[in-house]
Amino acid sequence: MIDERLHIKGEMDSRLEVTDAPRLKQDGQTPFFKALKKNLFDGPKNTLLTLLTALFSGLVLYQVVQFAVTNSWDVVYIHLRLLMIGQYPLEELWRLWFALYYASLMIGGTWGLFKGAGKAVALTFGSVFLAFAIIPWTTLNTTLNLVACLLLMAGGYLLGSRFSVLKIPALVLWALYFPLTLGLIMGFGGLLDPVLSRYWGGWLLTVILASVAIIGCFPLGILLALGRRSELPVVRYFCIAYIELVRGTPLIMVLFIGQLLIPLFLGGQTGMDNVTRAMIAYVFFAAAYLAEDVRGGLQSIPGGQYEAAQALGLNKIKTTFFIILPQALKAVIPAMVGLFITILKDTSLVAIIGLSDFLGTARRISNNPEYLGRYLELYVFVAVFYFIFCYLMAYVSRYLERSLSKGSR
Amino acid sequence: MIKGSSYTGRNAVIHKEREEKIMKEVVAAKSAVEAAADKNPIIKVSKLNKWYGDLHVIKDVDLTVTQGEVIVVLGPSGSGKSTFIRTLNALEEFQSGSIVIDGIELTDDLKNVEEIRKETGMVFQQFNLFPHMTILKNVSLAPIWVRKWKKGKADEIARDLLERVGIPEQADKYPGQLSGGQQQRVAIARALAMQPKIMLFDEPTSALDPEMVNEVLDVMRSLAESGMTMIVVTHEMGFARQVADRLVLFDKGEIIEMAEPKAFFDHPKHERTKLFLSQIL
Ligand SMILES: Nc1ncnc2c1ncn2[C@@H]1O[C@H](COP(=O)(O)OP(=O)(O)OP(=O)(O)O)[C@@H](O)[C@H]1O
Ligand SMILES: [Mg+2]
Repeated sequence: MIDERLHIKGEMDSRLEVTDAPRLKQDGQTPFFKALKKNLFDGPKNTLLTLLTALFSGLVLYQVVQFAVTNSWDVVYIHLRLLMIGQYPLEELWRLWFALYYASLMIGGTWGLFKGAGKAVALTFGSVFLAFAIIPWTTLNTTLNLVACLLLMAGGYLLGSRFSVLKIPALVLWALYFPLTLGLIMGFGGLLDPVLSRYWGGWLLTVILASVAIIGCFPLGILLALGRRSELPVVRYFCIAYIELVRGTPLIMVLFIGQLLIPLFLGGQTGMDNVTRAMIAYVFFAAAYLAEDVRGGLQSIPGGQYEAAQALGLNKIKTTFFIILPQALKAVIPAMVGLFITILKDTSLVAIIGLSDFLGTARRISNNPEYLGRYLELYVFVAVFYFIFCYLMAYVSRYLERSLSKGSR
Repeated sequence: MIKGSSYTGRNAVIHKEREEKIMKEVVAAKSAVEAAADKNPIIKVSKLNKWYGDLHVIKDVDLTVTQGEVIVVLGPSGSGKSTFIRTLNALEEFQSGSIVIDGIELTDDLKNVEEIRKETGMVFQQFNLFPHMTILKNVSLAPIWVRKWKKGKADEIARDLLERVGIPEQADKYPGQLSGGQQQRVAIARALAMQPKIMLFDEPTSALDPEMVNEVLDVMRSLAESGMTMIVVTHEMGFARQVADRLVLFDKGEIIEMAEPKAFFDHPKHERTKLFLSQIL
């Protein structure tokens, strides 16, 4: 049919026939091949590029597979516990497992209740749990615990998708998650023996540092951003000075300053450990950057919004909290999550002040003469782990951005 | 559609009752105007002056508005109409003169500013709805947080007002999903939700496509009929002629002419007014 029509048209107009000729030839091909041809082999230049890219990718893939298969990876699995949780005492391991149980249940529940990006988070965590449960080098105990996590996640999902009344309790449980589990991991108030932070390490330390920094810098950064636009000169100049000072200083220096100056300010040996000092340094460092991101959002709010709020009789504080901040924060979600990802990766700098985070632990292991020259497996493992979680954050951020902009076109 | 019509049905009775109440108010307001004339000024502006740096934008403006009056402010671009109307609810400061609204003098005192903003509702050219909230939330926010009403009561009144401006079925949408005319009607409902005694309109139809102008003017017309005191900056001459009690012509920050519509259009006193009318009609 189409062939015929085009052909007749072509006869009437010879110019048309020339341009239509290649398309007519393709007609017998499936859409897949059409797309393939259009995207990859559209002209000699593109064909060359495609072939070169394919060749290069093939080589890289070959190297990666060869690397993965020919290496024994024993350096990773022998030290798996060290890499994941550092020196956390074995008899207190149940606290970490409890934190993971709690997280699994909540992640599953959130997926069931709110759908959306909850699925990606649940599937990612689920896959990581599953991978660790399946590999033969973990102890039976670990495998059983991970299976329990998976079951809890599934149970959470089922509960969540059945009972949508659980939405509010779920949000409350999420809000409690961080203080509760951090308290549990540290040990609190005479109820639980303290586990000194010098025993924290590996991925556990990385996650704790990053979470404290992200959660702590949020209110501080918002206050700084608002302060920077304050009408009171003292407040404004203080905030500007703080933000510019911190942004003009390398993170490593802020970490050193934290180690040296905080005890000084608080009067000699206060018993505050390195980890706490590092946490404070990260919070104050990240807050300055967050403040600048939020300021960008605040500037994007048109003046009419302030005027409308004022005309309705809302005072400054109510205008800020109900009208301005929600819009400003929404506008800078991508920038904020970018910052959070940077924070997660930058926690690896604590190795310099003597803490053993994820990457730092890998480096220490590779320094062990017994495993001389075996650093590549370790670093690949570390890199993959970082990548999975950073990418997940970016994915969730994109999802949030999209779903929040639905209503307001 | 079904949702909308059932809602209208449920509210028909309320609507009827309210209309009767409004009619009574109208009658009361009209007779009050006739009886008290200038004795009951709800807005009293005297010798008002404002500068932007060296630019003298409001020059010795006097204006007294009685309860229930509708004042339409006309004037060429840049003549200070917006600035004037915005000083009335303290969105702009002024340097000399006085503004008294419902017995409250507008001063730097935040308490007075707050009180006056409760008395006056404002509708802007660009709507300025809050894009991150539903329509219902837009309307009920200020009553809940400024008037301290219970959420249930505020929502109910918000729905009533949305019904009154003719868009009850949009309550759960977001501003970005509404047409310009609908958004402006929400903005009117939002201002009314605070139960102001005075409504200020700054070119409420200028940002609208022509086919949406009338739906907004209709709402304003019925508001005027209900006895609301209104000051309206507009270029809609039909509206001015029909609805206004008095017309005010601004030029270069001064009030050039102030008269009832008939006198204003048919026998303008000043050359400047004639020129303005010849340009606009
Ligand atoms: N924030 C400001 N700073 C300095 N000058 C201003 C400011 N706002 C307005 N003006 C000036 O004040 C004068 C009056 O402006 P206004 O907006 O009140 O005019 P208008 O009568 O409302 O005009 P239009 O019909 O264009 O809205 C204009 O000359 C304008 O340039
Ligand atoms: Mg104007």
